[in-house]
Amino acid sequence: MSIAEILDTMEYGPAPESDKEARAWIAALGGETKLFIGGQWRKAKSGESFETASPATGEVLVKIAQAGPADVDAAVKAAAKAQPGWAALSGHQRARYLYALARLIQRHSRLFAVLEALDNGKPIRETRDIDIPLVARHFYHHAGWAQLIDTELAGREALGVCGQIIPWNFPLLMLSWKIAPAIALGNTVVLKPAEYTSLTALLFAEMCQKAGLPEGVVNIVTGDGATGEQIVNHPGIAKIAFTGSTDVGRKIREATAGTGKSLTLELGGKSPFIVFDDADLDAAVEGVVDAIWFNQGQVCCAGSRLLVQESIHNRFVSKLTARMETLRVGDPLDKAIDIGAIVHPVQLARIRELVDAGVKEGAELHQPKAGLPAKGCFYPPTLLTNVHPASTVSRVEIFGPVLVATTFRTPAEAVELANNTEYGLAASVWSETLSLALDIAPKLKCGVVWVNGTNMFDAGVGFGGYKESGFGREGGREGLAAYSKPKWIAKAKPITDKPAPQASGDVVSTGFIDRTAKLYIGGKQARPDGGYSRPVLSPAGALVGEVGEGNRKDIRNAVEAARKAAGWATASEHNRAQILYYIAENLEARAAEFAERLSAMTGRRKADTAREVAASVSRLFSYGAWADKFEGAVHKPPLRGVALAMNEPLGILAIACPEEPGLLGFVSTFAPAIVMGNRVVVVPSASQALAATDFYQVLETSDVPAGVVNIVTGDRAALALELAKHEEVDGLWWFGSAATAGNLEKASAGNLKQVWTETVQRDWFSPAQGEGTDFLAKATQVKNIWVPYGE
Amino acid sequence: MLADLLGDVRRRADALRLDQAGVGERLQGLPHDATDIGMRDSDQIGSGKVSASEAVIEGVSASSHGIGTNLPQPSNPGIGLTLDPVDSVRVNLSAAERRTSALAGRRTVKKDWQAAWLVRAIQCIDLTTLNGDDTAGRVRRLCAKARQPLRPDLQKALGLSGRSITTGAVCVYHRFVATAVEALDGSGIPVAAVSTGFPTGLSPLSTRLKEIEASVADGAREIDIVITREHVLTGNWQALYDEVKTCKQACGPAHMKTILATGDLQTLRNVARASWVAMMAGSDFIKTSTGKEGINATLPVTLTMIRAIRDYREMTGHVVGYKPAGGISTAKDALAYLALIKEELGNDWLQPNLFRFGASSLLADIERQLEHHVTGRYAAFSHHAMA
Repeated sequence: MSIAEILDTMEYGPAPESDKEARAWIAALGGETKLFIGGQWRKAKSGESFETASPATGEVLVKIAQAGPADVDAAVKAAAKAQPGWAALSGHQRARYLYALARLIQRHSRLFAVLEALDNGKPIRETRDIDIPLVARHFYHHAGWAQLIDTELAGREALGVCGQIIPWNFPLLMLSWKIAPAIALGNTVVLKPAEYTSLTALLFAEMCQKAGLPEGVVNIVTGDGATGEQIVNHPGIAKIAFTGSTDVGRKIREATAGTGKSLTLELGGKSPFIVFDDADLDAAVEGVVDAIWFNQGQVCCAGSRLLVQESIHNRFVSKLTARMETLRVGDPLDKAIDIGAIVHPVQLARIRELVDAGVKEGAELHQPKAGLPAKGCFYPPTLLTNVHPASTVSRVEIFGPVLVATTFRTPAEAVELANNTEYGLAASVWSETLSLALDIAPKLKCGVVWVNGTNMFDAGVGFGGYKESGFGREGGREGLAAYSKPKWIAKAKPITDKPAPQASGDVVSTGFIDRTAKLYIGGKQARPDGGYSRPVLSPAGALVGEVGEGNRKDIRNAVEAARKAAGWATASEHNRAQILYYIAENLEARAAEFAERLSAMTGRRKADTAREVAASVSRLFSYGAWADKFEGAVHKPPLRGVALAMNEPLGILAIACPEEPGLLGFVSTFAPAIVMGNRVVVVPSASQALAATDFYQVLETSDVPAGVVNIVTGDRAALALELAKHEEVDGLWWFGSAATAGNLEKASAGNLKQVWTETVQRDWFSPAQGEGTDFLAKATQVKNIWVPYGE
Repeated sequence: MLADLLGDVRRRADALRLDQAGVGERLQGLPHDATDIGMRDSDQIGSGKVSASEAVIEGVSASSHGIGTNLPQPSNPGIGLTLDPVDSVRVNLSAAERRTSALAGRRTVKKDWQAAWLVRAIQCIDLTTLNGDDTAGRVRRLCAKARQPLRPDLQKALGLSGRSITTGAVCVYHRFVATAVEALDGSGIPVAAVSTGFPTGLSPLSTRLKEIEASVADGAREIDIVITREHVLTGNWQALYDEVKTCKQACGPAHMKTILATGDLQTLRNVARASWVAMMAGSDFIKTSTGKEGINATLPVTLTMIRAIRDYREMTGHVVGYKPAGGISTAKDALAYLALIKEELGNDWLQPNLFRFGASSLLADIERQLEHHVTGRYAAFSHHAMA
């Protein structure tokens, strides 16, 4: 085309990014990649390999080594060998390595960017301007955490060897999210990149060599799902961090159950993109582009559900379809391409299938007129209107450039629609009225909310989901907890189930009138559904009293009561504090009685049980104190604006209290949970259940709203299992044997509730171990609300 | 009010339809056909609705710039003042900045495409001198450069020998209109005059109107007026509307570009509101700056103004041009503006009838870039004729 002709058409023309250096790097791999284990490049012992192709052309780039069990084992051993030495380095020494990695990534940024575009199919514009700069930023940020570890993470230590499994949509970025915090805190890692996109991880391994990183700190094993499974099941691994689909996340939850491995999951999403009638509509249209047509829509937090106020629906859709016409789909290595290739034909087929299903169900299809490249794995930007919450495409994560649109009438309905999904990763809210946007943001059940923006990320701002989008955060202070543990745990003894005393037939005589301890549900004392009672015996086997034998229907009723008490989450911190203090006041008024009961159940001396009651009163005071002090943070990501990290309650939290101490263990677990705004279903110690049933009257006289604390007595493990299976329950705490912990973890996979199983003995009487921010952090999840501003 | 307005729009559309056959014929061969232009958006603004058939492009005429014929011209009779779009306008600064900064990475033109786009940029320049030390001699030099902005050997090397490549206009103070008209005689290049108490526009309205009339009488085909910023800063939309409308009447056949002095208006919300009122009052172009404010044209301001142009056309069917001015001095800047215009308004605005750069030093940088394109060597300033 001549310049004169171009002058008439004013088209863009090609703007190719050279892939010369990237191809030279691939060529130097010698046709088949190796594994990076213990600082050495090794051939896979399995002898197997598979091809990796460039999605834009289908051209095979190189063969990738398939790590087998022996390879994974070698990698874990190398990591385990390196870990003590790595953790023994000072924070400053580790910080220097992370800093070096950040600098190396910057120095080789274009090679990384081109290689990523070539291997993944995403546009060079994105790898160059978004992925790689965020990767460097992540290492810088975590170099900082390594430096500050002694003061900022005092009392915590590394977990050990971390197995990390990452997806193909942001290959190097997800690697950095996994590796940077892990090694900053003294862990070593075995990381498996996704089978479609292994190359930048191998280039990163070269950077580790250049940085002089001690051998074995970072190990990269390539392979498919089988390799991932070997990592998940390897006994030498202390923690699994996974980013990927909810289905696989569920399998990993089940596979790691009972192994003692800690787990964080960053899973799927169907994130709402909410446009109110007072939004800057053109800005919101551009937001949609960044939400669902970023990275071909292959983004876990993609704004894939457009919820638009009915009054502006037609106008917004008209603006959006006009904008779709100017999106350029094509060669990822063209610098002026907005949408590159879908990562693999398998994904493309799935996208097509789902869109077809949507159209069959009555959705109206909008796609731009311009065609797609003749070959390669491409799908056009797509909008489906006339989609309803009941439509398949409204519920299923499509993981492609497909947006579905639904209307709403009021802010309340927008929230309801937004939350009407099993997922809870992210949301966008578009409104120029700050009071509206900041009212909506906390009501959305998800880990990230962007106000008048979308898909913004920063190393200093935690990222992660609610509900079935997973648990744990990556980035920021909130991400560090996932790679560290309290130091005292290493020396703690395991909890073992004590045999229950045999009933002797004696009865402990008390001065009390015979009491019938029922269950406590919805603020009322309720008879157990089954109509049975169970004895509470003294160590000698004498009957101290009887409590209700709760069953699964009682659990159902208790959860239902908790669900109805949702208002507790929005009660003011001051209000919650007052109630905690009031509970303490009323407990103290009956201190002697509680001490007497505890002595009867445990055989301990009065002075000793009085100390437990006093400790319980103090603990209630502690959490009353914390109510308005366990605050979030105001992050300052690199933009004009803030990200508000808010500590939000999990929702409905099930707690199986420690078997002993009966009263202090009960108070120490329900108090931090409710003070953070959770509603709880508590299964108290079975052997000391009367401590909890006597507590009903304390709760009743302390203005605790009905349904906030529900107590079901009975077989702790059996009731906890019912709670683990209940899909309306958001979190579960178990203090008890490892065997039961495994069952609970496995059962929790249904709705991927957050499970905290503690199978070692804690000193509940010591404030250092028995109370504090560890409990509050477990009772909350961090939501980051991004608020860019400016007039 | 709005009902009146819509009635007005329909009547005008009816009148236009009489001429539509002819328009349609002449529009053949454009990158987008007439229906496409009109139909891009046919939905509601507020309670008003302009159907696709009503929103035709008005006034299509041959261009005098040698860049193809029959391209849409600005044609904006204006509408009655209605505050609905002014009150409801929402502009999010962060989002605007994100859009413009991301676009720099999303769009680029290389090699021959870059050369062609730079030639187009030249064709869209209002080659400007607005200084206290201007003289007739200086203006004549400028006009000579406007006639031949590109060295003939470069033009030939670019394969454009057969075309008349000139700047879009020459822009001067009223005092030099006659000089420029004479110097540009026969070139087809229009003279634009800044004629309303430039740059602050604070002289009496009667004086400003007389100045417009005098400039038109001297042969100015384009008048760049400045608004009274006070009207925007105090929200006195009626006063702004009346001022601009009165100026438009004084312009007679000359095209009117309304300078909003966006640097003085400060916020994008103010920029959007002022753009709407200026268009409703009949501006043929809206323009960012005089070049004398502390902040001149920026990409976010441009985004805001061209989106207002788009929405105004959607509502009324009228076509308004856009002119960023001040501070655009590099070829790279120019390409960023052209890309933003192409993305947000479409190819119709990528020609001097609907788009101008107000610039003085931009041309020199573009020439050097074009020389580099032709020779592969970075060029010396002294190898290009100064204005």
